[in-house]
Amino acid sequence: MRLAREHKNKFDFLSIGIYLVLIGFGWLNIYAATVGGNVGSIFDLSQPYGKQLLFIGLSLLMAFVIFAIDAKFYERFASIIYLAGLVLLLGLFVIGKEINGATSWYAIGSFTLQPSEFVKVAVCLALAKYLSDMQTSIARPLDQLNSILLVLIPSFLILLQNDAGSTLVFLSFFFVMFREGLPNLHLYILVFIACLALFAIKFGIVYAIGFSTAILLLQPFISKGKYKLKLWRFLAIIGSGVVAVLVRYFYANILQPHQRDRLDLWLGFEDDPEKLASLRRTVLYNLNESQKAISSGGFTGKGFLEGTRTIGNFVPEQHTDYIFSTVGEEWGFLGSSLVVILFMGLMLRVLYLANLQKNPFSRIYGMGVVAVFFTHFTINIGMVIGLFPTVGIPLPFFSYGGSSLWGFTILLFIFLKLDSNRLNEW
Amino acid sequence: MIRKYLLGGLILAVGLIYIVKLFMLQVVTTEGYDIENDNAVRKEFIYPKRGYIFDRNGTLLVANEASYDVMVIPREVKPMDTLEFCNILKIDLGKFESTLEKARRYSPRLPSVFVPQLAKEEYAMLAEKMHKFQGFYIQKRDIRDYKTDYGANVLGFIAEVNNNTIENDPYYNLGDLIGKQGIEKSYEELLRGKKGVRYIQKDRFNRNIGSVNNGLYDTMPVPGKDLTITLDIDLQAYGEQLMTKKRGGIVAIDPKTGEILALVSAPSYKPQLLVGRQRSTNYNILNSDTINRPLFDRGLLQMVPPGSPFKTLTGLVGLQEGVCDPNQIYFCSGAYVYGRNNRRMVCHCGGGARDLKLAISKSCNSYFANLYRKIIEKYPTATEGMNAWSKHLKSFGLGDFLGYDLPIGKKGMIPTGDYYNKQYPDFRWGATTTLSNSIGQGEVLTTPIQMANWVAAIANRGYYIKPHMLKPSNNYEIDSSYENRIYTTVSPEYFDPIIEGMAEVFISGTAYFLNVPGINICGKTGTAENFTKINGKRVQLTDHSIFMAFAPKEDPKIAIAVFVENGYFGARWAGRISSLMIEKYLKGEVSLKAMEALVLEKSLEDEYLKPFSGKSFYINQ
Repeated sequence: MRLAREHKNKFDFLSIGIYLVLIGFGWLNIYAATVGGNVGSIFDLSQPYGKQLLFIGLSLLMAFVIFAIDAKFYERFASIIYLAGLVLLLGLFVIGKEINGATSWYAIGSFTLQPSEFVKVAVCLALAKYLSDMQTSIARPLDQLNSILLVLIPSFLILLQNDAGSTLVFLSFFFVMFREGLPNLHLYILVFIACLALFAIKFGIVYAIGFSTAILLLQPFISKGKYKLKLWRFLAIIGSGVVAVLVRYFYANILQPHQRDRLDLWLGFEDDPEKLASLRRTVLYNLNESQKAISSGGFTGKGFLEGTRTIGNFVPEQHTDYIFSTVGEEWGFLGSSLVVILFMGLMLRVLYLANLQKNPFSRIYGMGVVAVFFTHFTINIGMVIGLFPTVGIPLPFFSYGGSSLWGFTILLFIFLKLDSNRLNEW
Repeated sequence: MIRKYLLGGLILAVGLIYIVKLFMLQVVTTEGYDIENDNAVRKEFIYPKRGYIFDRNGTLLVANEASYDVMVIPREVKPMDTLEFCNILKIDLGKFESTLEKARRYSPRLPSVFVPQLAKEEYAMLAEKMHKFQGFYIQKRDIRDYKTDYGANVLGFIAEVNNNTIENDPYYNLGDLIGKQGIEKSYEELLRGKKGVRYIQKDRFNRNIGSVNNGLYDTMPVPGKDLTITLDIDLQAYGEQLMTKKRGGIVAIDPKTGEILALVSAPSYKPQLLVGRQRSTNYNILNSDTINRPLFDRGLLQMVPPGSPFKTLTGLVGLQEGVCDPNQIYFCSGAYVYGRNNRRMVCHCGGGARDLKLAISKSCNSYFANLYRKIIEKYPTATEGMNAWSKHLKSFGLGDFLGYDLPIGKKGMIPTGDYYNKQYPDFRWGATTTLSNSIGQGEVLTTPIQMANWVAAIANRGYYIKPHMLKPSNNYEIDSSYENRIYTTVSPEYFDPIIEGMAEVFISGTAYFLNVPGINICGKTGTAENFTKINGKRVQLTDHSIFMAFAPKEDPKIAIAVFVENGYFGARWAGRISSLMIEKYLKGEVSLKAMEALVLEKSLEDEYLKPFSGKSFYINQ
């Protein structure tokens, strides 16, 4: 008992340290991106940098509150938090405010709140709770279905609010399920369907069916099994045909034109130079400008507040989704690779800690935290440096915005709280 | 195994890929910096000196004067004391707003001219307060300073480029000056030079902090070339003075070189009128004077029936075609009678026995009508005859642009067989149908410069050099086509009788009273009928007075064509002006003081007002 008390408040200061460095550096970049020619007080609440400072203060307060609450609370109340999250999402359909085409905001005075950022926490908790339950076995199809639904329901609600980027983030929970024993077959099927979809979009339905036929008929040779003509192969071929048609339909009719253009460009479909040039000015404008800003930074960068493209507001949405371009311009290769390394360090640290957890709930939750961070990190920076198509999701701790900062802070600090309680679990 | 390390492995892989990509973007890629798009850099143009223009004797005609434009970069304009700014520039607030809006529409990021060409006092006032007005700056550039009051039509003028030019030629920016007429337009690229660019680094408070990379991207301006033009400004000025209160054109060419010595269009204007801020006002005034049309270059653009001087060409073609024996006598009865109904072409030569020389000196219509018929009817069909005739005339530079180096011109008109076949679809036409052509009336139209060119070809006995305005110099290359002889289709030996005839014009002919002491002039008078429309009715006006000449006969140094609108007889005004011009050019001064005084005083303004008077009037008084 004495031992346990001693360890009770053993917080992981490395993670907290990285977190503080990231939000601090993040704020400097938001300041640089939004200060323009004004030199008012940094607490000026009419300016994004001033607001962000307030958000940071509040997020630190939240971190303390999270640390103060008993670690068992999160596991116990995971379901209720999840349901509350769903209610918040549903409420958007009634009193949601539309910003940039997505109805995913609650407006309280001049401040807005984006519940989807918090729902990530709720889903992560709920999934951890469900998968860690003694009764649950991820190897069982019913439990697989349940856990998938757990993720799918909120993401579907978010998709309905026209926020495709945030929806995509929920794919990260697949990592968690996989880690917890989702059969390999599911991974294969997922990769297979992804390839099938690309084939269908790029070459058309016939080629996609040809591709799936080849894979399915050659599968025994690949996996060195005995070759048997089984009925399921033919059903799967037919199924893949159906999938290909659906994908084509989705691509042609459901996807909005700007999304289709982004996809086309990423997949290198557009080879008409004139169209390409015009797309570069429209769809690719942000990317072009952010790449120019980053590459103009050079090795050491232009220096804090000296980024000429940042000052000139060349990169639209620079303080939100494109904040990394400010880092690239003003802090150069040194600064931007440092940010990448810090993120890697945080994620690997949390992953390491998660694997140390004896309590399955904490372990699974930790995995979820890393998976969410990983998805945001990969998609956001990948987009800004031109490796990913444009998907509007924030860079944790860097992008301007209270909701996302608080969401990520809560996500991380709940885990750190759980982790601090690690040695109390027997 | 894979399950445990999948996410960790992915984190490492993605992180490494991103670092490599960042390395490629930021360290490996050196390109990608586009100074034109760097908002922290202001691009300033350094305008080179526009080339000066000298006349053939080295007299400075056009120089430069400093002028200051207020420029604006709309996106950099910050709130300021607009009222003070407007007061200094003497503009009102509405004008301020609308000009700023126009500049913003052109480009928020590029400089536009806000107020062009400040007066010196305005500049002095503004310069010391300029720091208060962010987004504005003063750009120095040269405007023209004309050292002469003459030759406006030749020199042309410069003005701000229009949007159309900016779109089509990337060299020009809003507010740049470009040659709009005359020499300024023809030799724009030589005169303008090439502007330089200076990139200025700014900090985030929009203050200049020096050049970018020590001027690595800057370019030096290339000064414009000084041009020497072939004009003799004294002769030009004299010509313009002689043409006061008259309308018309004078073209004088050095036949040996094709150099244009004088190109007078009257009425004209002082070139200094089209300079600076009052340019557009003055231009509108000149442009809207539709009665005197001072902007209409009559030397180059006025197409008129050449009248009697054309007889020299009819004679030459007849000789070349072998249908004319210069010594053969033709008897003029005071009219040329032809056709079944005894139609007549009246002749004013007085009648009598005419050989070619006398026919020219007396300007005998009958003789050349007869000759013209012989030329056309030499061929089996009128079409072929007309084509042969037309081909010879075109070799004298008629019926097409001459190819001189001024930006405007007219083709004139030399009909061909096809032309008449279209006019007379039943092909029932022939030499007599088109008989007026023989004496330079009918369908034939020429411009004064074409006439000067053909008299130069006669002076040269069979060739001409394209008339041009640029004198060779070490500074620049002159187009080689202005050095090559263009031969006519008439052999040199046939020119002698014509030249003799033209000399006789001054001895016993229509211009016997226009002799210049000590100079043998060869010339030919012309009196061309012309018509106008008053209230839809065709009304004949007083004949145009036309004269062409070259001198001296032995060694031609000047070929001249003079055209005076409604001046009546060729010798009356055009002839007098020719003689005075020839004496002025060859001797440097004029001894024919009485003649000079007569011409200088003569006003034809009453004549020009007649068609506008609304009353019936007499002509040819």
